[in-house]
Amino acid sequence: MGAPAMTQTTPAHLEYVLRLGDAALIHGQRLSEWCGHAPVLEEDLALANMALDFVGQARMLLSHAGVLEGKGRDEDTLAFLRHEGQYRNPTLCEMPNTDFAHTMIKGFLLGSFNLLMWSRLCGSSDEALAAIAAKSLKEARYHVEHTGDWVIRLGDGTEESHRRAQAALDMLWPYTNELFAANPTDDAAAAAGVGPAWSDLAEDWEKAVLAVLKHATLTVPARTPFQSYGKFGRHSEHLGHLLAVMQHLPRSFPGATW
Amino acid sequence: MERKEWPLWEIFVRSKNGLDHKHCGSVHATDARMALQVARDVYTRRQEGVSIWAVRAEDIVASDPDAKPELFDPAEDKIYRHPTFYKLPDEVDHM
Repeated sequence: MGAPAMTQTTPAHLEYVLRLGDAALIHGQRLSEWCGHAPVLEEDLALANMALDFVGQARMLLSHAGVLEGKGRDEDTLAFLRHEGQYRNPTLCEMPNTDFAHTMIKGFLLGSFNLLMWSRLCGSSDEALAAIAAKSLKEARYHVEHTGDWVIRLGDGTEESHRRAQAALDMLWPYTNELFAANPTDDAAAAAGVGPAWSDLAEDWEKAVLAVLKHATLTVPARTPFQSYGKFGRHSEHLGHLLAVMQHLPRSFPGATW
Repeated sequence: MERKEWPLWEIFVRSKNGLDHKHCGSVHATDARMALQVARDVYTRRQEGVSIWAVRAEDIVASDPDAKPELFDPAEDKIYRHPTFYKLPDEVDHM
């Protein structure tokens, strides 16, 4: 008996891809809320472009998840017709926008994670996922550059911009614990060569992030035992509101096209 | 509180290798890195370019619009400055 073929999709494989797809979808939706509201026109377009990058990634990942699942659900069905508890994005993605500093800090924390993730996933045993990673990696490089530059500008800027950036970091930092929490899905996906256990990225992520935060003269909050559980389907109170807005149209007009 | 405008940058985009950078507009940005980033977002989001130049608008030396008569009008009646003014001998053929 030879080694088991990779054609058999395991529940862990599907779950792993759903987490990536939902993270991109929900982060993209939050970024898209800035459209028409950014402080300057140039940044409005930058945010909308980034939102579209994430929605594009979500489309590819959720389409792929639909294929892995094998129940005939396409990207739209997965994006718009699931219930809150069925989403697998980390809680950090769904945190509501407050001010511009908050969005840049969040984008930088997530972007730095994505950059490491995509670069590892380029070598995934799942060829479709590896192809998505190769495309997304280029986008992630730009996201980290753009948001990272802003983190430095705001942190090392005026008294007010520093205060706002620090407040955002203090608020969001505890939610990064969830990114690196070990779990059986990750162990199974890593064993099958689908992708790294997210906890494997912790060290490189922290190194990259701390370097920029230091440059930005921001104080890194102490680690706490706080845990959130979005990637396990237990979300904050904010996701339901986000979904109400995001799903309203496709649920009111099923199959609508324009 | 004093409100400061971000500096203005003129943006030049080269649409493909071998062509010149062409002026396509301007952006406001706090520094050079940001100017390139926002120029990328504003002017190349539909694959319009392969290279971007950003130049501080204040570093561009421009001719004075009021000086148009002395700068440009004298060229009006100098048709002999155009190659088409000259009749070439037949022997020259395709020049």
